[in-house]
Amino acid sequence: MTPVFSLRQVDVCFGKGPGALCALREMDLTIARGERVALIGANGCGKSTLLRLLHGLMPTSRGQLQRDGTLGHAMVFQRPYLMRMSAQNNVALGLWLRGTGWGAAKAAAAGALERVGLSEHAMRPAHKLSGGQQQRVALARAWAMRPQVLMLDEPTASLDPHAKREVEALIQQFATIDPSMTLVFASHNLGQVKRLATRVIYMEQGRIVADLPVQEFFGSAVLQERYPQAHAFVKGELV
Amino acid sequence: MTSFTDSAGTALHLITSLDPTLIAIVARSLWVSAWATLIACTLGLVLGALLGVGRFAGRQMVLAVLNTFLAVPSVVVGLVVYLLLSRTGPLGFLGWLFSFKAMVLAQAVLVLPVVTALTRQVVEDAEDAHGEQLQSLGARTLLRGALLAWDERYALLTVALAAFGRAISEVGAVMIVGGNIDGFTRVMTTAIALETSKGDLPLALGLGLVLLWVVLALNGVVAAVRRWRTGEEGAAGAVAPLGGGV
Repeated sequence: MTPVFSLRQVDVCFGKGPGALCALREMDLTIARGERVALIGANGCGKSTLLRLLHGLMPTSRGQLQRDGTLGHAMVFQRPYLMRMSAQNNVALGLWLRGTGWGAAKAAAAGALERVGLSEHAMRPAHKLSGGQQQRVALARAWAMRPQVLMLDEPTASLDPHAKREVEALIQQFATIDPSMTLVFASHNLGQVKRLATRVIYMEQGRIVADLPVQEFFGSAVLQERYPQAHAFVKGELV
Repeated sequence: MTSFTDSAGTALHLITSLDPTLIAIVARSLWVSAWATLIACTLGLVLGALLGVGRFAGRQMVLAVLNTFLAVPSVVVGLVVYLLLSRTGPLGFLGWLFSFKAMVLAQAVLVLPVVTALTRQVVEDAEDAHGEQLQSLGARTLLRGALLAWDERYALLTVALAAFGRAISEVGAVMIVGGNIDGFTRVMTTAIALETSKGDLPLALGLGLVLLWVVLALNGVVAAVRRWRTGEEGAAGAVAPLGGGV
């Protein structure tokens, strides 16, 4: 089966020459269809850069990146950008930009907003919704595109606990509805990682340090024995 | 002092009695500047949005030239447009010199860099903040520029008002290309200059007061739009203050 993503010795650097700053270094990674991959690590370790690279928002500086071009992608950001228009039009815009006619896009947007429980807010200006509601609109926008690969960059980081639970439940729901959907997400919330991921990648300074199934990452002695830095990070985050 | 108070009194009388000469000059000024602003905005919003999202070789040079044009005195713009429209100039065949159209063209050329530069800044800031997300939805460069400009429409409205303020308060360009012909190309600023030199201070002062009110009203509209945006969206707009130049 063709992997969704395959990276071989990939570097992503900003700038050129000796002053270049590399956010990703010598990255080897393969992600298969249907996997739910969590990226964890300290701020600046390269999680967001990796997500952007996989989503095609930035080029590699070195190495090989292969994507399964037959799969549709969508990405949700920590702070979603919603235009000054209604929630429904914001969702429809995503579909329209991918080639759907405006009428069909609006109809699909209504369905997607219903899915995230925001039907009654469909006609409200998106920027007047709460942070949690805005993130749900962004999820609806991504979901409306029927993505086979969904990427999430700390989707609940700026939300209150209640909104966090709502958004996480939606992500869980999406993954349940379409088990073949590949989910790649960055998070600092290890409880969320346990609940959503099947595989955990711990990164440090642009490199993958540990890459384990979620049960092994959290529930065995492997992490402590083989990856002491990752273990120390997890312990620190759990405190 | 007596002369000033007498002139002010007569000026107020001219305004309150809707003096036909004064009204005609004010209407012509508003009309010329409105057309010039419309033309400059049509071009400047597109160019500014393109510059805001476009990344190409020589972009910094283009921005440096654009910013230089912001500081060009209106008399220089008037001179260039005069040379273009004069009988031996490349646009002489149009026969526009000393006409309403010439004044519109001169003011449009004068405020085009203002609209372009401010639009570029607004759209570039929006691109830096949100461009990546639009790109992730599938919006390519040109479409991104259009969407970001639309989303920043309230900030761009204040840009248009700033451009109008610049156009209506300038005197050098319209004086050169319009010729300040009575009843034909005489506008507020050129009339003020002429009446002052003739010693007819009441009319000059009356026109000056109207011009001040127009600019004050524009500033009021800009402030209201800015306050409304801040209240509605929690974002403050950044625009240049209104003002003119000779």
